[in-house]
Amino acid sequence: MGEPAGVTGVVERAFREERAGVLATLIRQVGDFQLAEDAVQDAFAAAVTSWPRDGVPDSTRAWILVTARRRAIDRLRRERSTADRVSRLAELARLDAQAHPADRGHDGTVGDDRLRLIFTCCHPALAPPARVALTLKTLGGLTTGEIARAFLVPEATMAQRLVRAKRKIAEAHIPYRVPPAGELPGRLAGVLAVVYLIFNEGYGAAEGDRLVRGELCSEAIRLGRLLVELVPDDAEVRGLLALMLLHDARREARVDAAGAFVPLDRQDRSRWDEGRIREGLRILDGAMALRRPGPYQLQAAIAALHVRAPSPEATDWAQIADLYGALGRLAPSPVIELNRAVAVGYADGPLAGLEVLLPLVDDPALARYQPLHAARADLLRRAGDVPGAADAYRRAIELSTNAVERAELERRLAGLPAG
Amino acid sequence: MPQYMLLMIQPVEGPPKENWAEQSKQWNQFHQDLVDSGVLVANYGLAGADAATTVRVREGETQITDGPFAETKELLAGVVLVDVPDLDAALAYAAKVPSVSYGAVEVRPLWGG
Repeated sequence: MGEPAGVTGVVERAFREERAGVLATLIRQVGDFQLAEDAVQDAFAAAVTSWPRDGVPDSTRAWILVTARRRAIDRLRRERSTADRVSRLAELARLDAQAHPADRGHDGTVGDDRLRLIFTCCHPALAPPARVALTLKTLGGLTTGEIARAFLVPEATMAQRLVRAKRKIAEAHIPYRVPPAGELPGRLAGVLAVVYLIFNEGYGAAEGDRLVRGELCSEAIRLGRLLVELVPDDAEVRGLLALMLLHDARREARVDAAGAFVPLDRQDRSRWDEGRIREGLRILDGAMALRRPGPYQLQAAIAALHVRAPSPEATDWAQIADLYGALGRLAPSPVIELNRAVAVGYADGPLAGLEVLLPLVDDPALARYQPLHAARADLLRRAGDVPGAADAYRRAIELSTNAVERAELERRLAGLPAG
Repeated sequence: MPQYMLLMIQPVEGPPKENWAEQSKQWNQFHQDLVDSGVLVANYGLAGADAATTVRVREGETQITDGPFAETKELLAGVVLVDVPDLDAALAYAAKVPSVSYGAVEVRPLWGG
């Protein structure tokens, strides 16, 4: 028991720390996302009035779960239209009559439920934007309004997206479970993709409420930690967490006082988050010790080489080029090949970089790919081909959609020595 | 258990012209698997779009047109109704439909199922 203000803090902390776990268990017990969500909301509202009056219960989780389950029973009794309400009520009454050992129980049960929840929210039968929204809403602590602001859509649109996703889960009977071993690797990759999408949405240089976008990064990292806790023996799960931590360490330094984007080579390295870097490197080591390399670990290893370098010049570009090569063999893409060319350009000189770039320059599908022209311009400038560099800068400027980026390219073009 | 209709969508020009014997074997095997696992409720193959007639009633007047309801490059070629525990099971059967490698299978739960 404590001061009313202290109790409010306890409720808030319980909400932050216990909500997703309780919700995960209740969804399994009531078999309905919406009903479980409403009932958990009811239970926290009840805690706000009950805990200051009667004292904080020993196990806040057990209290919230039992209360939420009773609210679910009440709601189900009123809900006459639900087809299987009789059997559901019987099951809930049976659970309620138990002495709740399973609810209190060890972390295994709670963890299993949270894992079920993650896999269901990220089910491939849901559209990717719905997976992202549902994951943030049920497992993260974000409200519908916050998610809507982060994704720059009206709140009503986001609310509709969440309602539709929950309705599809119910109507199409998407199972609430961890997929069997045979399907697990593919489904886990899908979950990681959703988490990384959430992170990138927060990390990307696009517009939007910066505060909320920072929260998206934090939520993605929190989900990453949860996955490492729940699936500890998967190297890529750890690789993704390491990757997000190592990127996030640089988040503050990517924006200057005026709010403009600062590229990696001109960031103030003293503004990088040491704690995040140390944790990221430690988790990456743990991932690599499992000896099952994958794209997230390779990207994290590249990010690690950048953050370990005391200055842009001291960066181990040769190893970064090798890592991009390995990444390209696992998941071939022109974006990766372009990054490899840039790294080779620093490691072995601009001519070597231009040679890697040649097949990309010849690919008509990439003719309008702005980063290709910007990278080529830099390499040509360093190789001393001033007219070639000027042409490539002009092409990159023409294709640029971002004012900050365009200004930077114009500065470089103007800085070329007179031909 | 919920029931799902597997709507088998195929290109208008029909299945690939080669390997008829192999294709026929695959359909027989697929059907046998559904029967053996006890999930099959019903299955029907449909005659081609050339045989289709579309009916609409507008302001009390019946309009009859030759052909399917919409001119598309793919059309419904058949349906299979299965009785399975959940969507994952239905999707697994959908992935085994022989025509899925050149067409598509839309999986729809029965309403209220």
